[in-house]
Amino acid sequence: MNKRVALTGNEAVAKAMQQINPDVVAAYPITPQTEIVQIFSKYVADGKVETEFVTVESEHSAMSACIGSAAGGARSMTATSANGLALMWEVVYIAASTRLPIVMPVVNRALSAPINIHCDHSDAMGARDSGWIQLFSENAQEAYDNAIQAVRIGESKDVLLPVMVNLDGFIISHAVENLNINDAEEVQKFVGEYKAEHHLLDKDNPITVGPLDLQDYYFEHKRQQSEAMKYAKEAVKKIGKEYGELTGREYGYFTGYKLEDAEIVLIGMGSTMGTAQAAVDELREQGVKAGLLKLRMFRPFPAEELAEALAHVPVIGVLDRAETFSTNGGPLFTDMHFALYGQEHKLIDFIYGLGGRDTNVSHLKGMFEMLQKAKDGQPIDRINYIGVRE
Amino acid sequence: MSKEQKPGWKTLTRGGLILDAGNADEYATGGWRVKRPEWIPDNCIHCLFCWVYCPDSSIETKDGKMTGIDYEHCKGCGICAEVCPAKEKAIVMEPEGGKEDGDE
Repeated sequence: MNKRVALTGNEAVAKAMQQINPDVVAAYPITPQTEIVQIFSKYVADGKVETEFVTVESEHSAMSACIGSAAGGARSMTATSANGLALMWEVVYIAASTRLPIVMPVVNRALSAPINIHCDHSDAMGARDSGWIQLFSENAQEAYDNAIQAVRIGESKDVLLPVMVNLDGFIISHAVENLNINDAEEVQKFVGEYKAEHHLLDKDNPITVGPLDLQDYYFEHKRQQSEAMKYAKEAVKKIGKEYGELTGREYGYFTGYKLEDAEIVLIGMGSTMGTAQAAVDELREQGVKAGLLKLRMFRPFPAEELAEALAHVPVIGVLDRAETFSTNGGPLFTDMHFALYGQEHKLIDFIYGLGGRDTNVSHLKGMFEMLQKAKDGQPIDRINYIGVRE
Repeated sequence: MSKEQKPGWKTLTRGGLILDAGNADEYATGGWRVKRPEWIPDNCIHCLFCWVYCPDSSIETKDGKMTGIDYEHCKGCGICAEVCPAKEKAIVMEPEGGKEDGDE
């Protein structure tokens, strides 16, 4: 049974973690993720979970402790933001390469410098090639639902990869929303018990984890990771469907909004996709065939499915809440070019919201206006910076 | 590379896990050595400090007595010579191949 409650995004994620009841949580506080760890530590102190909570001296140690515990067969979680994720960088790769299904909510925040605690996706984008599965959430509901599903996705037999659950800093993490939460028993039943096939505490079957892997073996292990990501794609779909049967909230790779007959479409991730719905509604009232595609699964990247869903759309705007500094647009823009390579679409990049810069309905309507102009054959820059002062 | 075909990515264990115990024995690391420990039996008091401290299990023993050094695996770290408590050292480090770098 679903229960309707009012929670912030951080409270919702902490609630999901309580209901998952992981064996180990090792975490270090950082704004805007701090509350997740703080609330969860209270669950530990109050005996509401059976989790072994490890307080560590840095994010590098948080992920290292998760790697150790996951290698010991424990269901392990942490959470971080921005510079915390950046400090983890080395071990983030090791978690994926050692095939440990750790789950980590990342409360998205801009990377320094100059120092900034507000939302953008530059932290998660820094980890996009680390071999983690990356899911993005539009609101607290999705963050809660993604966190629960992430456990199953990562632990799937042929996947065994860590999962990053992204939610926008402050916009989702600190805003109160109404959402449906599941019964704790239902969540327990859904996630099941984690039984690692091989682990370090299995004293009868001693193993070595993380050995030297040189010219003659390393490449094979990377090839295995690529293959695991293909299975991850299947697992995200299967588990999203199963979760839908349980809760009525089904999840896939992405969601369209008024996409079927749209002529101009914005694709993006995170909370701005909610704001964009308001822009689409206003434009539709004026007869503009605007639509949205909200991407949930960024890694693995569902290129074929995106190409199919957008086949009928002549002009596509890409929302990038991060910059690559390649002079060729943001990370999603690059991936979208790949997904739509060789086809006739016109693609325009909108880099927006860096460092928490507000992006409101009028900004989004402005972007649709530019897409409309591009559709009418007027010259529009390929890469545009929205909401920045000239 | 050996002529024996190594397993491909489809059959290898994931993440580089090694499922057999004690396989360090199969990896001869003696070739890493720059200096070699030389055992001088006449000085040896068979305290087995070298056996305790050796990080590569390269001190050979029989019936609780030191019998020699496993040069297949000894990396030449010199810890055994360092910890040897005998009045006249029973293990001394000698240049591998009989020459120090820079020797004529």
